[in-house]
This record gives sequence, C-alpha cells and structure tokens, in this order.
Amino acid sequence: MSGLEDLYREIILDHYRSPRNRGELESPPAHRTEGFNPLCGDEVVVYVMVDGEGRIADIKINGQGCSISQSSASMMSAAVKGKTIDEARALTSTFKSMMSIHEQDIGGDGTEAEADPADVTAEMKLGDLEALRGVVKFPVRIKCATLSWNTLTQALDEVAAARS
Amino acid sequence: MTTPATPTPESPPASGSPTAAGPGRLDVAAIRRDFPVLGLRQNGHRLVFLDSAASSQHPRQVLDAMTSFYETSYANVHRGVYQLAERATAGYEGARSKVARFIGAPSTNEVVFTKNATEAINLVAGSWGRANLGPGDAVVLTLMEHHANIVPWQMLAAHVGFEIRWVPLTEDGHLDLTDLDRLLDGAKLFAFTAMSNVLGTLNPVARLTAAAHDKGALALVDACQWVPHLVTDVVAMGADFVAFSAHKMLGPSGIGVLWARSELLEAMPPFLGGGGMILNVTTEGFTPDAPPGRFEAGTPPIAEAVGLAAAIDYLTGLGMDAVHRHEVELTGYALRTLKAEVGDALTIYGPSEPSERGGVLSIALEGVHAHDISQVLDTQAVCIRPGHHCAKPLMRVLGAPATARASIYVYNDTDDIDALAAALVAARDFFKL
Repeated sequence: MSGLEDLYREIILDHYRSPRNRGELESPPAHRTEGFNPLCGDEVVVYVMVDGEGRIADIKINGQGCSISQSSASMMSAAVKGKTIDEARALTSTFKSMMSIHEQDIGGDGTEAEADPADVTAEMKLGDLEALRGVVKFPVRIKCATLSWNTLTQALDEVAAARS
Repeated sequence: MTTPATPTPESPPASGSPTAAGPGRLDVAAIRRDFPVLGLRQNGHRLVFLDSAASSQHPRQVLDAMTSFYETSYANVHRGVYQLAERATAGYEGARSKVARFIGAPSTNEVVFTKNATEAINLVAGSWGRANLGPGDAVVLTLMEHHANIVPWQMLAAHVGFEIRWVPLTEDGHLDLTDLDRLLDGAKLFAFTAMSNVLGTLNPVARLTAAAHDKGALALVDACQWVPHLVTDVVAMGADFVAFSAHKMLGPSGIGVLWARSELLEAMPPFLGGGGMILNVTTEGFTPDAPPGRFEAGTPPIAEAVGLAAAIDYLTGLGMDAVHRHEVELTGYALRTLKAEVGDALTIYGPSEPSERGGVLSIALEGVHAHDISQVLDTQAVCIRPGHHCAKPLMRVLGAPATARASIYVYNDTDDIDALAAALVAARDFFKL
C-alpha cells in the first residue's frame, strides 16, 4: 500500500501495540492533565510526577486514540522521563518543529521552525521520535501526533504555576 | 440544463428511460453517470464515496441549475423591480414551494430557509425557546442526538435555567421508550432525531410526536438523515418543527430548512435581525415581517435554493420509495458482506435488521482505531468518516471513542461495498490482527 509505510513505520506500530508508561499515577501527588482532539474525539491523560529539582521523575499516559496519537504519546513518555522540565520543553519544541514542516511547504512563513534551530535541535535528539516525521505528509494526522505533547506542555505549565 | 437521466415529476418517465431497472428500483449505473465526481480515480482506484451522511455529492442537474441561474437569473431577491431580479425572486420562492411539496407542508409559508439544519434548530431555540422556556421547564432530548440538537438547548438552558432530560438507548441501538411518559411529564419540548447519524436507527417519529403531544409538549424532529432518504410528510410525522440540510440530499451546502406549523411561526419573535425581516423600522424600533420572511434576515442563499430545488427534482424523479428500498437492500448486503469478509474483528453498531435502519454503518475493527482504518481505506480511494460524528454523548454510551462510519446513498452499489470490505481486510492485515 503506497505511502502507508511512510506513515506507519514499524517502530510506531510497536509503540502502538506495546505502549510504554501506560497507566495512571496517584494524583496528587502526581499532576493529571487531560487533552482532547475535538475533531476526532481522541483523549489523552498525562500524569507527571515532578521532583523537587524540577525533574520528571515519573510519567504515565492514559486515554484512547489512533496509532499515531498513541505511539507519539508512548515515545514522548519514554523520551521525557528523567528529564528536567526545561529539557522536556526543548524536546517538545523540537518535535513540534518537525511536525510543522507542512506549514512551510504550503507557504507558511516558517518562523517557528527557523527560530534558533541550533539552540533547540542541536540540544535535543529526537531518536525514535524521528519515525513520526512521515506524519507531516498526512496533514490531518498532525494533530494526532501533537496531542500528547500539547497536553504535556499544559501539564508542565500547570505544575510550574502551582509552584510559583 | 442537460437532460436528467431521471425523470422529474413534470416529465413522467418515458419507457426505456435510464431509470427503467424495474418498477420502483434505481438504475444505479445511470445515476452514477450523473455525478461528475464519481468519475474521479485515485491511486488507480475508482472513487468509492461512502460519506454521504456527512455531505452528499451533486448530480450534473444540480450543478447545471445553479450555473444556469447565475448566468441568466441572479440578482438579490425581494427587492429589485427589474426583470432579472424578478427571475431571481421567482427562482428562490419557487424553491420554497418545491420544498413545501416535497415534505408535505400544508403551506409554503411554513418553509423557512436557513444556513443549515444546525441554524434551523438554533432558530427554534433562540426564538421559540427564548420566548417559552424558563426555570422549572424541561426539554427532552435523546442520547442519540447530533450535537446540533444538543448544544443549542444547553446554551439556552445556561441562560434561562430549564432542565434537560435524556431518553436512553437499548442494547441494540433503539431508543428505550420504557420511561418516555415519565420523562415527558411537565416537558415543553421533545427534540429528537428521526434517524441516528451514527447508528442508522430509524425512530418511530409519529409515535414520539404523539407521546410529546399527549403530555402537552411540542415536538422538534431533526430530519437531517431522514429527508434525503425516505418519503417525508411533516403532517404524518405529527411534528411541530422539522429541520434538515440541503447538502445531505444532493443539494449545495449553505442552505437548510426549518419547517414549523404556521401558528407557531406566527407567534415566534425574530431570530436574527436585519434587512428583509421587517415591515417597518423607525428610530424607535422595528416591526417584524410575517413568516417566513421574519426569519430570513439578510441576503439569503439564493442560488443554493435553486440548487436545492434541482436536487428535489432529481430525488423526486428517482422516487423516494425507490431510494429507501435501494438503501435497505444495499445496507443488508453490506451487513452480510462485511461480516463475512472481515470476520469477528469487526463490530457494526446499531440495529441488526436492515429495515430498522438507514444506510449508515458505524464500524469498529478490533485493535485498529477509526483514524487508522480511514487512512488505510484512503489508499484504496474508499472515503469514509472516522471520529465521534458530532454525537459524543452517544459515543460514550457505545463505549467507543470513535467509529469509522460508511454511509450510502443513491449512487452507491455493491461494488462500493465490496471495495469497502476489501479495504477493511487490508486494514486488518496491515495492522496484523
């Protein structure tokens, strides 16, 4: 099936079938944030446990969605676990830049992706997350891939707000 | 206009016409030739369009009627005295008459043109509802409503403080009417869908409107999925309000219909204010026009009304009995074929008996999300819709965050169903279930 292999890379299907960090954390002490994709009804619940040094000590993902949203959430959880909030934010920024290639292709001003790429991409390696690069060829699925990341951002904002 | 492949009521079918596939049957091959979009090919496949419950495609006759109207008859309506403007008004008002006849309305003035069914229901909520509902009142909805028949009532309830009650569902996707009389006790309105856009369930409309009237409530019927597919008679339905959209019945987007009984419309205050809905305006205030103009503020969708009229001609030529019969047969074929080809991994929601449902098949494939199903199907040019179908309360009842919905119409045939089955098998195998 032409094109499908670009989207559904084996590592994506692996994370879909065997999601990492799946489940719940008791909240409190963990922080719980829900994200919705209003277009398709997908729901993701992100639980983050941030320790006293601002490090994501634990993360769990719950909810339901398609292979792209679920595998992206799974890979995200593995990538940010143990990282500081700042590192997680930088990784999020890198990931979302990759997901916004489409906007440049169709004539967007590209400011988001051009914003200090050296600062961000050099610092944060996407690793397995590179497998999601193919999603940008399927524009309606970009929201699936970014749902858990937007929810994580919201969760980290809420944690930071609660601490300040 | 090109000659329709199908006869209009004004020109009864000649023998040997393309529709002569037997009495009361559709000649789908001839119908398909009327739809330019169905000639598209994608990835080497013929386009398999199974998303008509979201929005249907357009026959050449509708496209030509709108183009011809723009080329020869377009101007604003109800204003100019020049001949072009008179033709425009005649086209727009002629469409109103045609709609009235198509749905069995006792009076043409009971047909209000709106933007779509959603706006029609918002009109009832914003006009009748605002004037008649208050604290202590109740509106009864069902758990199979589209958001269009939920959110307007929730918005109004937040303002004026009435109660919303919900008719539950049975296991097989019918309304559970066990406690209907109790739910309707003291209610002022029962607003329900004639056919579920997710389950395909055909509801017993006349029975439900009678139950509402027995308790002194009015009945609003969301007929979006009914009018395109079955004979519609608003009087036989016993409805007080009926809402539907042109774009699900071979017509253009941008126009919908609210039908309501004359006495109700006469008593209802305006919804949107502006030009075209007044008798007089002074610095002190305004005097609203009589219905239906009272509810049609601003320049209406004029060419769209002409397109809707052409769609009604097309459907009337096919015969709504034949349309429904075709859909029941094809739905039965789909229920059998999909189960046989795809196997136990497949769930089809809603009534199992084809005659109890319209041509809507909401499916789940074990272990494969609806988005992923749709993505794989797209590679084979099979167009279905994934998601919650604007019916999140229903999806919660089903316990499914999303389904993949295939919906059929006059131009679908068994080849389309076979292509759907093959694509679902491909999806199942791709995800290695």
